[in-house]
Amino acid sequence: MFKPIFKFFCSLRLTVTLLALGILLVFVGTVAQADEGLYVAQERYFKHWFVWGITMFGHKLSVPLPGGYLIGTMLLINLIAAHVKRFQWTWKKFGIHLTHAGVILLLVGQLTTDLLSRETQLRFTEGEAKSWSESSMDYELVFVTEVDANNEQVVAIPHNRLANGGELKNEKLPFTVRVKNFWRNSEPSFRAPMQKNGPPLTENGVARSFDFHETRVTHKMDDKNVPTAVIELVGASGSLGTWVASGWSGDETMVSAVQASYARQMGKQTAETMVTRLTEPQSVQVGGKRFTLTLRPARSYKPFSLTLLKATHTTYPGTVSSSNPEGIPKDFRSRVLIDNPQKGEKREVEIYMNSPLRYAGLTFFQYQMAAGEMVQRAGETASSTLQVVRNPSWLTPYASCVIVAAGLIFQFMIHLVGFVSKRKAV
Amino acid sequence: MKDLPSVDSKNSSTRSGGWRVWVAWFLIVLFAGEITAALLIKRTDKTFATSQFAKLPLVFNGRVQPMDSLARNSLLQIRGITEVPLEGNGAAGAWGTWEELRAPQAELSERRWHQFSKHPKKLKPADWLLEVFCNPRQADDRYIFVINHPDLRSLLKLEGGVEKSGLHFYRFNDIKDRLDGLRDEVERIGKLDASQRNPYDRAVQQLNNAFGLYFRLKNTLQPEDTADFRKEIDDYLAAVATARAAVREREAKGEKLDEDAIGELLAPVQKIARRYDAMARMDTPLIVPPENASASREAWHRMGEAMLQAPQDGVPESVRSLAGLASTYRANDVAKFNQMLGDYRALLEKQGLTKELTKGIRESFFNQLLAFKRSMYVYLMAFLLVLLYWANLTEVWRVTAVRLILLGFVVHTAGLIFRMWLEGRPPVTNLYSSAIFIGWGAVVLGLVLEKFHKNGIGISVAAAVGFLSLIVAHNLSLAGDTMEMMRAVLDTNIWLATHVVVVTLGYASTFVAGFLAVIYIMRGVFTKTLDAVTAKGLSRMIYAIVCFATLFSFVGTVLGGIWADQSWGRFWGWDPKENGALIIVLWNALILHLRWGGMIRERGLVNCAIVGNIVTSWSWFGVNMLGIGLHSYGFMDEAFTWLMLFVGSQLLLIALGLIPARYWRSFRSPPGPPSDPPKKANPPADGQLRTAPASA
Repeated sequence: MFKPIFKFFCSLRLTVTLLALGILLVFVGTVAQADEGLYVAQERYFKHWFVWGITMFGHKLSVPLPGGYLIGTMLLINLIAAHVKRFQWTWKKFGIHLTHAGVILLLVGQLTTDLLSRETQLRFTEGEAKSWSESSMDYELVFVTEVDANNEQVVAIPHNRLANGGELKNEKLPFTVRVKNFWRNSEPSFRAPMQKNGPPLTENGVARSFDFHETRVTHKMDDKNVPTAVIELVGASGSLGTWVASGWSGDETMVSAVQASYARQMGKQTAETMVTRLTEPQSVQVGGKRFTLTLRPARSYKPFSLTLLKATHTTYPGTVSSSNPEGIPKDFRSRVLIDNPQKGEKREVEIYMNSPLRYAGLTFFQYQMAAGEMVQRAGETASSTLQVVRNPSWLTPYASCVIVAAGLIFQFMIHLVGFVSKRKAV
Repeated sequence: MKDLPSVDSKNSSTRSGGWRVWVAWFLIVLFAGEITAALLIKRTDKTFATSQFAKLPLVFNGRVQPMDSLARNSLLQIRGITEVPLEGNGAAGAWGTWEELRAPQAELSERRWHQFSKHPKKLKPADWLLEVFCNPRQADDRYIFVINHPDLRSLLKLEGGVEKSGLHFYRFNDIKDRLDGLRDEVERIGKLDASQRNPYDRAVQQLNNAFGLYFRLKNTLQPEDTADFRKEIDDYLAAVATARAAVREREAKGEKLDEDAIGELLAPVQKIARRYDAMARMDTPLIVPPENASASREAWHRMGEAMLQAPQDGVPESVRSLAGLASTYRANDVAKFNQMLGDYRALLEKQGLTKELTKGIRESFFNQLLAFKRSMYVYLMAFLLVLLYWANLTEVWRVTAVRLILLGFVVHTAGLIFRMWLEGRPPVTNLYSSAIFIGWGAVVLGLVLEKFHKNGIGISVAAAVGFLSLIVAHNLSLAGDTMEMMRAVLDTNIWLATHVVVVTLGYASTFVAGFLAVIYIMRGVFTKTLDAVTAKGLSRMIYAIVCFATLFSFVGTVLGGIWADQSWGRFWGWDPKENGALIIVLWNALILHLRWGGMIRERGLVNCAIVGNIVTSWSWFGVNMLGIGLHSYGFMDEAFTWLMLFVGSQLLLIALGLIPARYWRSFRSPPGPPSDPPKKANPPADGQLRTAPASA
């Protein structure tokens, strides 16, 4: 029973089929990125077991394909099985074994990366210290209460739970959260006093000054889905009121984008007033405790803090122009102070392109920056965004690269030496 | 060159064909002589010392470059050719300058290829740029704008113009009154999505870009309507002084001047300054150098900016010097101009710009060397000789081809190293240089193969891939500056030297394997020269090169992943360029496994290797055309057509390769009397083909 299965998994024909399917999948998955968007195509083709239906140059075809996970896993099994069966310790085969061992390491490494790695972002302005990074896609609804002067209690509800709707309870909250509406992507609009506005979403908090409406979920690389939830808090003695919690109020990145856009349209002063209203804290008082509610990007806290000392953005001389306001970027760098009270560590580092900071199992990459002349002229504070990655298997490609290269070179040298000596003999 | 004597002595046919040896040496001396001449002969200026002007530095596209580079790159973008002929053919066989020949309905054309006796006067790139800088009105009368789309020509109601090999060139003066129509079209097209634009739309945009560049150049040194810049500066300063004095005088009288009153007093100054303001906004090249040795090396300025600052800061000495150049040029005072050119050079040296001056000298020398263009012609000649060698198997042609390729290779390598030295970068920094490096890698591999096999196959690949990739490079260079500055993320010599170089060598070796396969099929199907030994030798070479390609493409791709991990925080992001590289790796691995498993034999390997050409060209260019991802360089339409043609040709070759062996000329009949009936299938020959060992 097992023999034919084992034989199937050892066969070279399987390898060849998998490689061919792999090529097909990578090709289709690449071309589809033009139509489906980078992110969706990558998810759908490479991070699934099966692909149902493909897009080629704008045409939808209902063709099923094995997905990236399936091909990768099968290749891995195939490689391991073939070596279990055919492994021979000879110098002649040594290079091939080494090569395949390297490939196995690479595949396993990427699989673990896929399972374990987490990407978050840390955006800070010059002088600001932060001890957390934020998800670029996931949001959480948080209720913050002060416990004492130095501590606060935070209850966070992931946005996926809100998306499911219904009623949410937490023992630390003296009320139930009833989700009335949840929009994965939304847009704000100001309720201008002189204009005809519809009825507000609710009479509480931000909804008095802003309307929010649902928009289509985007899959474009540079666009972001900003959710909004309409929730009712229900206490022991009935409703405590309905509130609108929006990423537009709780996500600093979006808030500063909104502010910049208003500033362009209506001037700096007005923009500031409007943003104050957009971000006005919303809270409920229950049993002598004040709970402030915010829908913000999901945070991951660190046992240390980073302070942005200086953000530098330079361009090549004369390349910034009206037609190309960004110029040709020459350098982005952030000078950062690491403060780790647990270790008694306090030191400055420089993070720039191609030179990330590796610290405490995390890697901090220079990701985005708003600094330099343009920002100065606009009177804004320079800010920098770092990509924060936790990837325990980040070293596997390095090792794999060396192993495979060594294996291939070894194998070719054997061939070459054989070839040359044969020619000499002739 | 070590192995060549032995080849000579081994072969008897060299001795038999005395005239051939003469022809062979003539070709080598001809090409080597031409290159040596280019190196040694210095251009002497009969009038204006433009060859000295060509070396002067300025800043454009974010980097210090000589006038010569700006001139060449601009002409490439505007005209597509770096020289501007002033003479040619007119109506009824007349020859003369364009001014003489111009007449209603006269069809002007540049020198035809067979008019060997004609040597038209031409503007070299720097001659042209100097004219555009200093005498724009004259420059407006040069045939530099290439406009080929018939709809665009009729939109602009163009008549006349100069023709050359089907290309049509026009003067700014032919078009200047019809710019409104063009502007409307540009606006309409600007709103379209890039993928919706048709060839006409793109022609409009291209012309608009050419105009934009031309306007900027005309306003780089002086406002384009200036007749005597030196005098204008004096007038400007005088106007400033007068206005200041007037203000002071009125204030001394105790008058309180309101804005209107001040405006009135400043009106003459503003009338001049408005033009400088317009200049400063035009994104012109930065021609005014840092003022002294202690100023930042990056403190170059536009002429417009310097003039706007002049009332406060005074006129920099360099501006006066440049204005002197413009005025003397305009006044046609050659002696004075040349003297002032020397003075300007000395001034730059005094202001601490020695480094920039040296860079200018070196880069303009490099430009004039045209190393890649020269080696391209040498490779082409060598390829023709290889064909000749195959036609009659005369060893002398093969040896000559090897020597020519070695010559081309030396020039190619010298160019590559010179470019690296100029830029202070590894060999591959952009798509253009990747083409040059792929050619270089293929030539190395081809020469190595030739050393082992001495049958013309290695050199034919070297010559063909070398030539084709340099053609690709030449066409890529039409887009503008090929030594542009590296964006922040690319600004790392370690990764450019490792990932980029290795992955490009992977491309080169995959192409070499593919072209070996092309030779196999072409010789097998169309000639009788593919005997069993040659066929086996070829398939061995293909196999060896595929192994090589696997190594390079795998290591190169993984290194790319590691670079991405260093700069973006992820090893693999399924970005189109990464996927393209991955497909090459998978394809090469697939070929090797198919071969090891005996699932393909000689002919299967050959066909697979040609697929490798398609896969590599897609990864090299195709993915960039998707216009998505981190490596996208925008949509390149013309390149797309060529890519499709290339892919089509490769598919055709594969189709040929799939024709049953009995129809191949080489396998149709056993070596023997040619009178054998061709229809008879020959089992032994077919059998031979199939007995190739399953594992090499």
